[in-house]
Amino acid sequence: MSERETMLVQKISDGTVIDHVTAGKALSVLRLLGNPQDRGVTVALVMNVRSSKMGRKDILKVEGVELSDEQIQKLALIAPLASVNIVRSYQVSQKKKAVLPDIITGVLRCTATTCVSVREKDSVLSVFSLVSSSPLVYQCKYCGRGLTEQEIFGELG
Amino acid sequence: MGVSGLGTDAWTGKDVLSILDFSRPDLELLFETTDRFVGLPDRVPKTLADRIAATAFFEPSTRTRLSFTTAALKLGAKVIDLSPDVSSVLKGESLPDTIRMLESYADMIIMRHPSEGAALLASEVSGVPIINGGDGSQHHPSQAMLDLYTIRSLKGGVDGLRYAIVGDLRYSRTAASFLYGLTRYRPGSVYLVSPDGLRLRNEVRETIGALGLKAEQLDSLDPILDKVDVIYMNRIQKERFPDPNEYEKVKGSYRITRSTLSNAKDAIVLHPLPRLNELAYDVDGLPNAAYMKQARFGVPVRMALLHLVMGGGER
Repeated sequence: MSERETMLVQKISDGTVIDHVTAGKALSVLRLLGNPQDRGVTVALVMNVRSSKMGRKDILKVEGVELSDEQIQKLALIAPLASVNIVRSYQVSQKKKAVLPDIITGVLRCTATTCVSVREKDSVLSVFSLVSSSPLVYQCKYCGRGLTEQEIFGELG
Repeated sequence: MGVSGLGTDAWTGKDVLSILDFSRPDLELLFETTDRFVGLPDRVPKTLADRIAATAFFEPSTRTRLSFTTAALKLGAKVIDLSPDVSSVLKGESLPDTIRMLESYADMIIMRHPSEGAALLASEVSGVPIINGGDGSQHHPSQAMLDLYTIRSLKGGVDGLRYAIVGDLRYSRTAASFLYGLTRYRPGSVYLVSPDGLRLRNEVRETIGALGLKAEQLDSLDPILDKVDVIYMNRIQKERFPDPNEYEKVKGSYRITRSTLSNAKDAIVLHPLPRLNELAYDVDGLPNAAYMKQARFGVPVRMALLHLVMGGGER
C-alpha cells in the first residue's frame, strides 16, 4: 500500500490486512470471514481505490484476527490476487498470497439440483476440485459438473 | 469403499461406480467370464453361496433390478430388497444412514438412485461393495458393460466399428456410460445424433475428449445410416421439450422403423429399453434388431460382474 492509501484508515496494532482484493468484493470477503464486525471486531474497509496493478481494488483491515490458512484458501475463490499481511505490534510479521485450493470442501454448492451433494446436503459436504484457474472452474466430485467463476462469485458474493 | 484385503485383482472387493474405473483388460476379463456363464448355463459356480446381496432401488427399474437379482440368485446368493416406498426412506432417512444399515446386513449393495453421485456417496460410507445400477443422468456401468458385450458377441469385437448414438444424450446415463466404455476401445467413428436441446452434456463431452474419443455431432441419422455398424437408440421423451410442437417437429429424425433401416445394411440396433416410439415394433423381426439379445445378456454379464467383485476371479 502507498502512504496515501494508508492515510485513509488508521494502522492496526494486531490483526490482518488483506490487500489487492478485487474491486467491489470487500463485503463478500467479510461474509466469507463470517462477518467478524458482528462479533465486535474492528474492521476497516477501503473500496475502489486506485491500484497500479489492478486498476481498482479493495483493502480490508481486521483488528485482532489472524486469518487461518483455510480462510486464505477460501479468500482466493473471490479475490484470487489478494495478498494477506499478518500484523503484530504494528509490524507486518508474515506475508501470504491467496492461492486457489486444489480441493475445497463444504464451501461451494453444486448448481445441479439433482446432484446428491444438493439433495443430501444435511448429510454430506460438497467437495470441489480445481480444474482450471483461468478461467476459474471447479468440478463437483459427485456429479462432475463444473462451477464457473461467475457461479462461484454468485454463491460467495 | 469395497471389501479390503480380499485380493489384488481389479475386481475383487471393488465398488462398481463407473465403467471409467475399469481398464480394457478388466473389461475383457469380465467378458471372458460372461462367455463361460453363457456357454455353460448349468455349471455356474455358486460363488455367492452364503452371501447376501441387498438391492436398493430408489428409482423405478425393471431390467436392471430383476437381472441383478436373477444373477445373484443363480450364483447362490440370498437377496434382500429395500423398498424405498415402504421403508424408513419415506420418513426422510438420509442416504448415508440407509446405506450404513444395509452394509451391516449384506455383503454387497446394488443400488439405483435419481441423484448423480449417489453411488459414490454410498461407497464412501459402505464397507461392502456398492454396485451402481444407475445414478441420475451420470453413470450406469453394468448397462455399458452389457452393451459392449453384446457388440463383441454380435460383431466380433468393439474396435474399428462405426457407432451412431441417437436420442436424448443430455439426460441419458446409458448414452454417457456407453461413451465412457468406448473410450477403452478404438472405435472407427462415433456420431452423436440428437436434437439441439438434448446434446451431450459438457462434462461428458470433456471427459471423453480428454480420453481421446472423438465424436461428431449430427442433427439427423439419415446421412449416416448406411455408414454405421451399431445404432444405439435412447429414449427421447416429449417432456424434455419445453415446447411440445418442437418435439413433434424433430421426433421423426430420431425414430427407427423397418423402412428407415432399409438403408442400414447390417448395422445392429441396440436400445437399453424400455422403448417409447423412437423404436418401431416393426423392427423386431429384422436381423438388425439386437436389443432383445442385449437385454438377455443382462443376466450373464451381471453374474460375471458379481462373481468377480465377490472374489470369484481368484478361485
